[in-house]
Amino acid sequence: MADHLQLFEVFIRSRRGLDHKHVGSLHADDPEQALEYARDVYTRRGEGVSIWVVASKDITASQESDCDSFYDPLDDKPYRHASMYELPEGIDSL
Amino acid sequence: MIDEKNLIRYVLRLGDDALIMGHRLSEWTSRAPFLEEDLGLTNVALDFVGRARMFYQYAAQLTGGATTEDTFAYTRDVREFSNLLICELPRGDFAFTITRQFLYDAFALPFLKQLKQSTDSHLAAIAAKAEKESTYHLRRGREWVMRLGDGTDESHARMLDALDQLWGYTAELFEVDDLEENLINAGIAVDSRLLQEQWLNTVSETLSEATLPVPETTWTANGGRSGIHTESLGYLLTELQYMQRAYPGLCW
Repeated sequence: MADHLQLFEVFIRSRRGLDHKHVGSLHADDPEQALEYARDVYTRRGEGVSIWVVASKDITASQESDCDSFYDPLDDKPYRHASMYELPEGIDSL
Repeated sequence: MIDEKNLIRYVLRLGDDALIMGHRLSEWTSRAPFLEEDLGLTNVALDFVGRARMFYQYAAQLTGGATTEDTFAYTRDVREFSNLLICELPRGDFAFTITRQFLYDAFALPFLKQLKQSTDSHLAAIAAKAEKESTYHLRRGREWVMRLGDGTDESHARMLDALDQLWGYTAELFEVDDLEENLINAGIAVDSRLLQEQWLNTVSETLSEATLPVPETTWTANGGRSGIHTESLGYLLTELQYMQRAYPGLCW
């Protein structure tokens, strides 16, 4: 039966003010059912205040093979990294 | 003045409904059509078993002495159980389980809303907690009924079968005997006769969306409240009570 089902990705916001975080995936027949299963599978211990489900096929993802062109150029630009800067006095962390 | 024995019997009725329904649902664990539904059904089963515990704990408190929730669950024989017959019927196929659950939850939700108004504050508190669960159960059930009723020829036919087998057991949901009559007058129990019309509306609406007819069955079965059960309850209890029967007083 699971063959006929679609895959959905589940995102949960654990507290007001926080972002939705990817927690996993599940199979369901449609988005409405996916939402209910997300509740059953991922929120039984009071993990969330809001759930998003997205059909996995609707997600466009970068590929492993894109790594070079996507991320490498950043490595030789240290000024883009916070670690390049010294913290002003009186500030412990940013 | 109400007789406390009657209150205990009423609380046990509600506890027995929940325990037996929960046990039937738990039989699906690892056997549901697919993983997500397995977890969904098991969650509902746990809600019902949790509900049974709350009622049994209250009944134990009213009874006093060495009685605990386990006394009621594990050491009573079939004739002492007072659950509605619809709860104990074997789980059947998935369509049967879904239909039973939907017919029952469509009753349980308005029942719990009423029980929240009970003058017995303990019962009212249990009802408030269970109502939230039942709201979700009914939502789940309604969607499954529509999915299966308005699904394939096979699922439609199975839903028709399930309705045909179950409908005669729904009359018992709305029966009130002398024991309940007294408690209703005291503001403690729910008068379930008053819920029938609302139940029929909820059920008819969903069935019509699911392209399923409201059954015209005229036979009815009852007896659960007075301990007259179908033969399947004995088998269920044999499994449920096995450990305590074989090793009385066994603890984890």
